[in-house]
Amino acid sequence: MIDVLYFAWVRERIGLPKERLETSASTVADLVEELRGREERYALAFSDLSALRVAIDQELADFDASLSGAREVAFFPPMTGG
Amino acid sequence: MEIRVQAEAFRSGKELEAFTARTRGAGAVVSFSGIVRDDSGELSEMVIEHYPGMTEKALEQIAAQAVSRWSLAGALVIHRYGSLKPGEQIMMVATAARHRKDAFEAAEFLMDYLKSRAPFWKKERNRDGDSWVSAKDSDESALDRW
Repeated sequence: MIDVLYFAWVRERIGLPKERLETSASTVADLVEELRGREERYALAFSDLSALRVAIDQELADFDASLSGAREVAFFPPMTGG
Repeated sequence: MEIRVQAEAFRSGKELEAFTARTRGAGAVVSFSGIVRDDSGELSEMVIEHYPGMTEKALEQIAAQAVSRWSLAGALVIHRYGSLKPGEQIMMVATAARHRKDAFEAAEFLMDYLKSRAPFWKKERNRDGDSWVSAKDSDESALDRW
């Protein structure tokens, strides 16, 4: 089981901030493929990966990063702090 | 070094005074405050979302990097989330060092990194509706100089 979190417009597009998923995905990219196949709103949110960032267990990661041992994955747009 | 992520408003003058008072051995203190700007005159509020847990971690890592690169007597980062009105303070950074160069550079480094590496997202609420503030390419390229 893995917690998947969404922030900012990704959260709005998918319609929820967090969900717990059973997944066999071995990388972030695999997980994205799985999510895209679920429903239109996911396909829409994940249509352009260059507009998205990902964090694994609260550390920024790449889309080809492994999910082995990961408890939490978060998807969000580029950050706008400051 | 001190990191605070909070919904409550703060007064940067008061914070700066307290930071200066408790920081020993500094000959230079630099501070920066970020304020909600309303260019169009139509902004009703800015809503800042963040990623609780990761935000604190990211800010601590950024501050730790600053402390390892410059000779600092102290560093302070305060960043708000939630609903802010035009003119309100979003965040502040303060650095203290023996000499001004370290304090200035470390403050700029902290600002550059927390703009694009701390998980905050800004949404502007106008009369016409809501829009997410998009990240600028220049925010990303600002990291290259470090």
